[in-house]
Amino acid sequence: MTAALAIFVGFVAVTLGVTYWAAGRSSGAGAFFAADRRITAWQNGMAVAGDYMSAASFLGIAGIIAFQGYDGFMYSVGWLVAYLTVLLIVAEPLRNVGKYTMADVLAYRLSPRPVRAMASLSTLTVSTFYMIAQMVGAGALVALLLKDSGIGYEAAVIGVGLLMIVYVVFGGMLATTWVQIIKALLLMSGTVLLSVLVLAHFGFSLSAFFDAVTRVTYHDPSGAEVTRNFLEPGLRFKPPYGALDLISLGLALIFGTAGLPHILVRFYTVPDARTARISVVWAMAIIGSFYVLTTFLGFGAATIVGRDAIAAHGGTNMSAPLLAQALGGEVFFAFISAVAFATILAVVAGLTISASTSFAHDFYTNCLHRGAERSPGEEVRVARVTACVVGVLSIAIALVVGPNTNVAFLVALAFAVAASANLPVIVLSLFWKRFTTRGAVAGLATGLASSIALIVVSPSVMTIDPPTVTGAARHLIQSAPLFPLENPGIVSIPLGFLGALLGTWLGREPAAEAKYAELLVRANTGLGAEKASPPG
Amino acid sequence: MGRKRKDRRRHSARELMPSVGADPDFVEPHVDDEAVAVDWSRAAALPEFQRLLAAKRAFIVPATCFFILYYFSLPILVGYAPEIMKRRVLGPVNLAYLFALSQFVMAWGLAAWYLGAAARFDAMARAVVAAIRTRRTR
Repeated sequence: MTAALAIFVGFVAVTLGVTYWAAGRSSGAGAFFAADRRITAWQNGMAVAGDYMSAASFLGIAGIIAFQGYDGFMYSVGWLVAYLTVLLIVAEPLRNVGKYTMADVLAYRLSPRPVRAMASLSTLTVSTFYMIAQMVGAGALVALLLKDSGIGYEAAVIGVGLLMIVYVVFGGMLATTWVQIIKALLLMSGTVLLSVLVLAHFGFSLSAFFDAVTRVTYHDPSGAEVTRNFLEPGLRFKPPYGALDLISLGLALIFGTAGLPHILVRFYTVPDARTARISVVWAMAIIGSFYVLTTFLGFGAATIVGRDAIAAHGGTNMSAPLLAQALGGEVFFAFISAVAFATILAVVAGLTISASTSFAHDFYTNCLHRGAERSPGEEVRVARVTACVVGVLSIAIALVVGPNTNVAFLVALAFAVAASANLPVIVLSLFWKRFTTRGAVAGLATGLASSIALIVVSPSVMTIDPPTVTGAARHLIQSAPLFPLENPGIVSIPLGFLGALLGTWLGREPAAEAKYAELLVRANTGLGAEKASPPG
Repeated sequence: MGRKRKDRRRHSARELMPSVGADPDFVEPHVDDEAVAVDWSRAAALPEFQRLLAAKRAFIVPATCFFILYYFSLPILVGYAPEIMKRRVLGPVNLAYLFALSQFVMAWGLAAWYLGAAARFDAMARAVVAAIRTRRTR
């Protein structure tokens, strides 16, 4: 296991070096929040991929496919197709009109203080919930991967939290970007290697591989041996509500990705809308290749390692590392573990910078102080302090929650809020002249409230566990769920739009309508868009 | 475009720009030295701009409808017609998996197609900016 520790230390050393280099270039708001807008298309594409593919995608998706077959692959499909929404609808207008945050687009013609306050609340909610899920997952995982080195859950959580604070506070957006790029490279090379090894295991015969996938044998909870075709749907999404849940999940992914604040801020780091567009296509190439290869990761773990062995050695999240161990021995296991660690760090750094940017830019400067800094550099100082606070809070919450808590619902919640609160108001403010401040605030509020409320009464939180499930793994509310679906999108997204429409119909806002022509021209031509800082 | 922009700088209305805060780095996003004096309603009414909007709409609206229909037909078919989707069509590989794979091809194909179309929109957008400058919509 010393190999794993050595690779971890190597990765940390490289990223700290990058942070030191970036720190010398991260003075000023444009540099700290948007890397001077000088990130190139392929760099930003890699960084978007690194920002997006969380531990949930790398370890979670391999595990879901290894345990639930085809139904897990449905996540892979949604996670890529979602980028068409980003590409066709959101990325270019956002880059042309905004400066640092998603709220810039809303505040362009609506009354800035209420919409910024609500958008900031929504951003912080999405980022915090997503971050807690990542931190708890990271702690449990690192502890498991490094268990022979004597590193426990607490040490792992604190280590991940401190590193992410250092990246963001000292290196700003530039360091975060490069941590994400390095992570994307590591993740892709690990995934390609693992896939090639899986294929080699089957003599490079796709038909032998898929043949094995059609008859996977394992023991069900009652102890009986079952053989299933893992290419067939139905292992996760079961009647009576499975089909609806699947559609609801699809809605949250397709409309949520284009509303994730930590993804949206990435489009402010490039020089113009054209570069933003090309960077989305780069991201789609990387993200798509990765998710196609989850076929080999997930089904490979199911056929080569087997469900029983994975369950006995740490559970679903260990599928990819155990597959690496089975095919490439200890050193490859160590490498894949280090990739998982890098994956988590890059995502939490992205979440931290988007949360602190939103707090400093939207809430502190524009809401509390009406758009003016009281002293030069105040906005960046506030963002740095926020990053420390967000980091320390996440560490504290992850320590309190503990390693065995079922936190997967927090990721579903983040996508639901992004799809139900953020996306409707972004789209309506860009494309509907009549849209008003009241509409935006009402849309954000209903989307946010309905997503949270529906998740709380969903089976992810509200379930009666059998007595065999003990301790923190038990669901938070022990009663029958009031809402049958795990994914609230199918109800909360229409509610978010409805809130925005009703709020708008309450009364007209001539000032906002008058500015629509300006928004339209600028969003579509890039006239007057924020420019990259000259090199220096 | 860069050179033209410099030429215009002499006429730019920097003096009209409201000063925001003490830090020159901090400017509200919609205040821009070049854009502040444009008559936006007249700019939006320019035939060049209307053509750009129509061209973008003609691509983006059908493309969005198409990918949403194509994508959601997967969970709908998998959810409500699993027996059809379980049918094996290529050795051991069934329709469900092939349809899921085709989503990747669809997404990449549509993205590539959009890149081509967007290059055309970029040229049209440059024409709009030139028209705004020469026709004195300021």
